[in-house]
Amino acid sequence: MKLIIAIIKPFKLEDVRDALTAIGVRGMTVTEVKGYGRQKGHTEIYRGAEYAVNFLPKIRIEIAVAADEADKVVEAISAAAKTGQIGDGKIFVAPIEQAVRIRTGETDAGAL
Amino acid sequence: MRVVSIAAAAAAGAATAFASTSALAQTAAKIDPADTAWMISATALVLMMTIPGLALFYAGMVRKKNVLATMAQSLVATALCSILWAGLGYTLAFGGDAPLLGTLDRVLLRGMGMDAVSPFAKTIPEALFMLYHMAFAVITVALVAGSVADRMRFSAFLWFAALWLIVVYVPIAHWVWGGGFLAAAGMLDFAGGTVVHLDAGVAGLVAAIVLGARLGYGSDNFAPHDLSLAVIGTGLLWVGWFGFNGGSALAANSRAVFAILATHLAASTGALTWMALEWWTRGKPSVLGMISGAVAGLGTITPASGFVLPWHGVIIGLIAGAMCFWSCTRLKRFWGYDDSLDVFGVHGIGGATGTLLVGVFAVSAVGGTAGWLEGNGSQVLIQLYGIAVTMAWSATATFVLLKAISIFIPLRVDKQSEIEGLDVTQHGEALQ
Repeated sequence: MKLIIAIIKPFKLEDVRDALTAIGVRGMTVTEVKGYGRQKGHTEIYRGAEYAVNFLPKIRIEIAVAADEADKVVEAISAAAKTGQIGDGKIFVAPIEQAVRIRTGETDAGAL
Repeated sequence: MRVVSIAAAAAAGAATAFASTSALAQTAAKIDPADTAWMISATALVLMMTIPGLALFYAGMVRKKNVLATMAQSLVATALCSILWAGLGYTLAFGGDAPLLGTLDRVLLRGMGMDAVSPFAKTIPEALFMLYHMAFAVITVALVAGSVADRMRFSAFLWFAALWLIVVYVPIAHWVWGGGFLAAAGMLDFAGGTVVHLDAGVAGLVAAIVLGARLGYGSDNFAPHDLSLAVIGTGLLWVGWFGFNGGSALAANSRAVFAILATHLAASTGALTWMALEWWTRGKPSVLGMISGAVAGLGTITPASGFVLPWHGVIIGLIAGAMCFWSCTRLKRFWGYDDSLDVFGVHGIGGATGTLLVGVFAVSAVGGTAGWLEGNGSQVLIQLYGIAVTMAWSATATFVLLKAISIFIPLRVDKQSEIEGLDVTQHGEALQ
């Protein structure tokens, strides 16, 4: 099992969700987050007072999938979230040791 | 017609000299239904400027942790100052025409029967005149709170609001509007350039300096948490100002309409001017800039609105936008004070500018007094005198009051509370 964590531009969320649904992904967790990478932040000016905003709003998507599906999911997210501009985000893939479906008690592959 | 203009004409040697004295006698005047209806509406409009207008305008500009505390200041200023005005403030401001202060004839509204009228507004019930000016007193106190937003202790603010109303606002209202020495000198202030805006702006500046800058001022991010609230607040202020300036004619007449028209044109020009200057110097026309310009135009036209022609509103709005933009972006940085929501930069500078400009642009056919452009250059000096007196009294008395209150209650919240936010530490509530 793999946990795929994608940090994407907020306005790309629906495109990514559509792409993932099309390849059979049945669930995901989405969080509004802030952060920065190479895009860095921007400056805001209020009545002459300048503030550097270092953390930009992003969307963090978490998806747990069977190990053999991970590449396909990563490709789908990459294609859907890409604008070619700086700040498109990143995708991380990590192993999952255990999964449990709380309602039924099913574990691992059956819980995904 | 307001007594300032009557007294002004008297000072200029006009034939109305005797009107100012006979006007103060309690004559059995006829209450006019049209005037009364308009003034009831205008009173509601002015009250709407504070709650929710100013509450939203201010709350939108602070950080999320101080939104409720900021709204609480407008709300409590309304409640507290209304009672104090009815009980004591009104009679000291409008209960007689001695040079320095009124009388106690109307204390606790004593003798204010159903058919009583004020010598200052002989076609509406005196209770309505009192109520209309109550809304002015309320918003002036609420305006000051913007300077000390994000850091003033609520209990200290309550004491300050109550004492400041009686010690600072009431005397200035009497001097300018209640037949006091500035009215006798012929000073023009139609709806509160000195009494409301300059008065509050100077008090705000002094309070901001006495309390000191907010923690992290100049380094931390103090970006407004939700400017959309401030935009809604500005809209309510703008519309409410029709009652503020139009109602200051104290009658449903052409002068009220001229005042409203000049007011609206000044607000529009002020908004466009600030927008243009910011676009030019900063590269982007911000929404905060547009609303700041609108309020600057509104505050600046206030003293002039019933004395000038509508097109003068455009010129005054242009000057207001430029002056207040300069004071909020340059003057403030140069001096380094932390006037949180720019009460001095917008209302203080705007109020002083407008009070000076009415001396330049006043048209005798509109308000009975000529300005510099009509050959009465001395009016500018009278206006400067009024500005100087207002600034001196507001600054001195505000400073003394704050120092006196600080003997009993710390003016600021403690450091930890300021970091956590006033909503939760002062009121036990928070926006989620």
